Amino acid sequence: MTRLRAILAEGVALVIGDPQADRLVPPTGFTARLTTFAAGAMAFLAVFALALSLASGRLAARWSEELARSSTIRISAPAEERAAQTEAVLRILQATPGVAQARAIPAEEAAALLEPWFGPNLPLDTLPVPQLIEVVEESTGFDPQGLRLRLTAEVPGAVLDDHTRWRAPLVQAASRLRILGLLSILLIGATTAAMITLAAQAALAANAQVIAVLRLVGAQDGYIAQAFVRRFTLRALSGAGIGVAFGLVAVWLLPSAQEAGGFLTGLGYRGWHWVLPLVIPVLGAGVAFVATSAAARRVLRELT
Amino acid sequence: MEKCKAACAAWLSLHVVCEEGKKGQTCGRRGQGGCVIELDRVAMSYGGGELFGDISLKVQPGSFHFLTGPSGAGKTTFLKLCYGALRPTAGQVRLFGQDVRGLGRDDVALMRRRIGVVHQDVQFLDHLSVADNVALPLTVSGRDSADQLANLDELLAWVGLRARADARPAELSGGERQRAALARAVIMQPEVVLADEPTGNIDWEMSQRLLQLLVELNRMGTTILVATHDLNLIRAAKSQVQTRVLRISNRRLQLAGADL
Repeated sequence: MTRLRAILAEGVALVIGDPQADRLVPPTGFTARLTTFAAGAMAFLAVFALALSLASGRLAARWSEELARSSTIRISAPAEERAAQTEAVLRILQATPGVAQARAIPAEEAAALLEPWFGPNLPLDTLPVPQLIEVVEESTGFDPQGLRLRLTAEVPGAVLDDHTRWRAPLVQAASRLRILGLLSILLIGATTAAMITLAAQAALAANAQVIAVLRLVGAQDGYIAQAFVRRFTLRALSGAGIGVAFGLVAVWLLPSAQEAGGFLTGLGYRGWHWVLPLVIPVLGAGVAFVATSAAARRVLRELT
Repeated sequence: MEKCKAACAAWLSLHVVCEEGKKGQTCGRRGQGGCVIELDRVAMSYGGGELFGDISLKVQPGSFHFLTGPSGAGKTTFLKLCYGALRPTAGQVRLFGQDVRGLGRDDVALMRRRIGVVHQDVQFLDHLSVADNVALPLTVSGRDSADQLANLDELLAWVGLRARADARPAELSGGERQRAALARAVIMQPEVVLADEPTGNIDWEMSQRLLQLLVELNRMGTTILVATHDLNLIRAAKSQVQTRVLRISNRRLQLAGADL
């Protein structure tokens, strides 16, 4: 508790600062602009990386949930037998434990499914398109092996596809995409730390004389470091804030998923996820604080 | 005392310098023997070569020392040892009774609040005013309260820089810079003031003015140690205050005096 209070007090002191101490380090235009720009650019990219990660997560969850609860039975039979076989399959399904719902997909719906590939007004009756039956499972699920055996015995033209073959790679791909998004955020954080470290080191080296004077008059390393650390942390905070604001506007301007559908147009934030990017400036400031503190400690040790 | 006089006259190697503290000075809170600065068989080497060695010295509170010697003899290095900026390669340096080997950087920083330092090439924070530079020790020690800063005006007047308080350091003459540096060195009311060639870049008249300030400080009880090669300055000081002159020669510290 005491430690927590100390950290909180340190954080408050960092934000409030010491106006006198701040004045001791001369303003350095180049490193100031570099730090603000780097933090802003990285925060802008982080907004997209976070959006990508969240969208991939949503996609993986949706695919995983929806595909896991549905199956398809394909009936490839001559046109005159198709109706009878469809009836037979529906009867079997009604009697199968774990099947919540089963329905034969009408010709219009099948045409709509094929429309993206074959265009509108598809003459289904001239094509050997199989009859599809959509099966929705109960939460307990059904026994796919048992159903397959029964279908083979009673309706030879019916094939059960429980989506397991292609569901797993899709979900895996979406999950990997999510991990890539998170990895990108980590890399962005590391790059931000590296850039701010370089800028801080440059600023500290350029102010070697200032540091010498401060030491001569009795300034402790913590006091000297704080002047630099606070400056770089606030620059990173403001730069990241600006970057996040631009990033959010850019994401908001992306076409919505409802308009066009598809994964890429769904690359955005939904609901409370819009709050998450607001954490990026705080994290950026944290990264700057740690990076500048480490750089200051190192440089001050070397300048002894 | 008699021993020391004899050592002085004979230019003996100075292993122990004994000096009475000023009357009324108490040294109880300082180190053993009441010394503010104590060097015990100190040696300093650079790049494999010995700059000086086997130096011992006890600086009593309220004393006024001059350190002289040829260029390159190690006067600046000696002073740096005396405020903890350097560690000796051998021997022991004690500041206010504390061995500097046991002090971290922050401890040394705290120690420097008790030791004012004036260099020949004075460094200031050029983006701050003269007043802000002089008040710098108060600022970094968190003692820049209104009461403390009220003394600033008085201090600037004492060194003759009240009218230049708002100027930037770059606008000051050499003499003014030295006086500003002295004001900065004494604003914390340190027990010791170390000055490294403080009159090196200024004319004689200005040197006399600066010396006068150092003498006044010493009369108020501050221990003064001035490194200089300016024998005229030493002679001028000796006519005003009791001083002890040390010379670094042939890598040893010796008492000088008879020829000055």
